[in-house]
Amino acid sequence: MASVTIDKVQKSFGEQVVLHDIELQIADGEFVVFVGPSGCGKSTLLRLIAGLETNNAGSISIDGQIVDNIAPSKRGVSMVFQSYALYPHMTVFNNMAFGLKQAGTPRAEIKKRVSHAADVLGLTSLLKRSPRALSGGQRQRVAIGRAIVREPRVFLFDEPLSNLDAALRNQTRLEIMRLHQRLGTTMIYVTHDQIEAMTLADRIVVLKDGRIEQSGSPQTLYHEPANLFVASFIGSPTMNFFKLTDLPDLVNRHTQSLKENTIIGVRPEHLSVTPDSRKGVTGNLELTENLGEYTLAHLITEQGTHFTAKVGRNSSDASTDMTKSLSFTVDDNNVHWFDPDSGLRLR
Amino acid sequence: MNELQKKNLSNNLLTVTAWVCACLMFFPIFWMVLTSFKTELQAIAVPPKLVFKPTLENFFLIQERTSYTRYAWSSIVTSVGGTLLAMLIAIPAAYAMAFHPGRQTKGILLWMLSTKMLPAVGVLMPVYLICQKFGLLDTKIALVVIFALINLPIIMMMLFNYFREIPGEILEAARMDGATVGREVTQIVMPLSRGGIASTVLLSIVLLWNESFWSLNLTSSDAGTLVALVASFSSPEGLFWAKVSAVSTLACAPIVVLGWLTQKQLVQGLSFGAIK
Ligand SMILES: Nc1ncnc2c1ncn2[C@@H]1O[C@H](COP(=O)(O)OP(=O)(O)OP(=O)(O)O)[C@@H](O)[C@H]1O
Ligand SMILES: [Mg+2]
Repeated sequence: MASVTIDKVQKSFGEQVVLHDIELQIADGEFVVFVGPSGCGKSTLLRLIAGLETNNAGSISIDGQIVDNIAPSKRGVSMVFQSYALYPHMTVFNNMAFGLKQAGTPRAEIKKRVSHAADVLGLTSLLKRSPRALSGGQRQRVAIGRAIVREPRVFLFDEPLSNLDAALRNQTRLEIMRLHQRLGTTMIYVTHDQIEAMTLADRIVVLKDGRIEQSGSPQTLYHEPANLFVASFIGSPTMNFFKLTDLPDLVNRHTQSLKENTIIGVRPEHLSVTPDSRKGVTGNLELTENLGEYTLAHLITEQGTHFTAKVGRNSSDASTDMTKSLSFTVDDNNVHWFDPDSGLRLR
Repeated sequence: MNELQKKNLSNNLLTVTAWVCACLMFFPIFWMVLTSFKTELQAIAVPPKLVFKPTLENFFLIQERTSYTRYAWSSIVTSVGGTLLAMLIAIPAAYAMAFHPGRQTKGILLWMLSTKMLPAVGVLMPVYLICQKFGLLDTKIALVVIFALINLPIIMMMLFNYFREIPGEILEAARMDGATVGREVTQIVMPLSRGGIASTVLLSIVLLWNESFWSLNLTSSDAGTLVALVASFSSPEGLFWAKVSAVSTLACAPIVVLGWLTQKQLVQGLSFGAIK
């Protein structure tokens, strides 16, 4: 178990700067998830920690020891790759044992550790198979098993579930959660998937263009996004952004002075249907998506702002008539104000 | 004629063409083997005889006059030795180029290949003199080294292409697992491209078996290969067709058998892995 400190780390490929002065403290036993749009540098940051890339400036420490010049295998980290990267010519057992063999671990000890990991992951009956003869989910578990047997100080995952189908993804996600609970090892996890990020993370780090936009607990990111980017990135469906003129009533109630173009953010789940069209925001219905539990209404205001609302979650709007136009009240406590120039959240 | 018939016809035409080409290419070999079982008189008979009583006399004569086995041994040693020596250099080099490429990697590969386009005779003098100086004329060592060098570019190119098909993440996983570079090559890269390596080795052996320029110029009786043996029959003996055919048949036989046994790998090698 170990803490990880990333101190002003910079990385470029040729001319292209991929990571700018990244500063990040990861506590012992923490589960940290990196999210961000494609190409923002998540994998690169993970690979720097793994030692598969070298940083151009700054330093990375694991447990207080600077590891910049230490080989990947000596850092005490294990990585699970998106493509699993199993050794196709070795049996499941040998895939898991390979790392231990390289380290010169005695045979009996290898056997013990591999059987234990196989037991935990339900792979015992597959130990003699080759990876080719496994399903995607089983391969993924072998990859996780290979990471476990080395008993690393830090686990690194690069989009480990993205090649699995939805059901298997949920199941494996739970397995990873259980693993973290049981081992208590520091884990760093890269994903595109909101739900993975929100459910797994103690802390989410949102990256964009090689910079950290915000780092905080899932609750913090959801309730107090630092800026427009984070606000729009976290949450599904994404937050609605209104102009002041879309919500005159709300703006009148607001006491502080506001810039003319201030942006108001309201999540779809914080809009409640009201019969009274003067109070909140009214929109013409464009589309509805019925998701069973609730209905997603896509609307457009008089001013031409598109927005989305979750309708039908509580019994009061169960009888909502999904006709041409709908009005919503806005929950004052769940309104976010964003500076139009910097994009920063004002309050 | 409808579309389907047209398509069938053109397919048939293609098949016929392929057969004709194959026969044309095979005919000289067939004729050589046939002639090797004739007497000298039958061999030059006009019109040529297709039906005759086969004789093994030519083969016995060859074994009497020269030592086929010694030449064959020389061919085996030089083609296999040259191939192995080249592989020894090419595997690490191709590994470096495939998995740790630099800015010049592509250029270097192309440059290596381009040396194959120069006429070998251009460096005959210096190579000959070097061999002479070191007392390596007519030795297998000289041939092994030169064979390794002349096949190195093509072997490197092939291995490079095969190695690049291995996903980089597998090697990274091995690196994270603590594999040294040596183990990465021997335990991951080589087993994963063993088909490609086998094709490369076979192709190289075939090419070297048939190599004539250097074996004729640098060897005579001591380290002479089967190619040299055939050549020694054709020049001073003039028109002894049956014997030349017999010795050629003997020279080709081992490699044809090898090629036959390893057809699949060899075709893959010859097409540089394009056919899977
Ligand atoms: N080896 C490399 N050489 C050159 N550029 C690279 C290399 N690896 C990554 N990059 C570039 O660095 C940037 C960040 O890449 P990275 O793989 O870290 O993104 P990512 O956030 O993981 O994206 P994704 O979500 O698509 O996996 C990209 O613009 C990519 O093109
Ligand atoms: Mg990535």
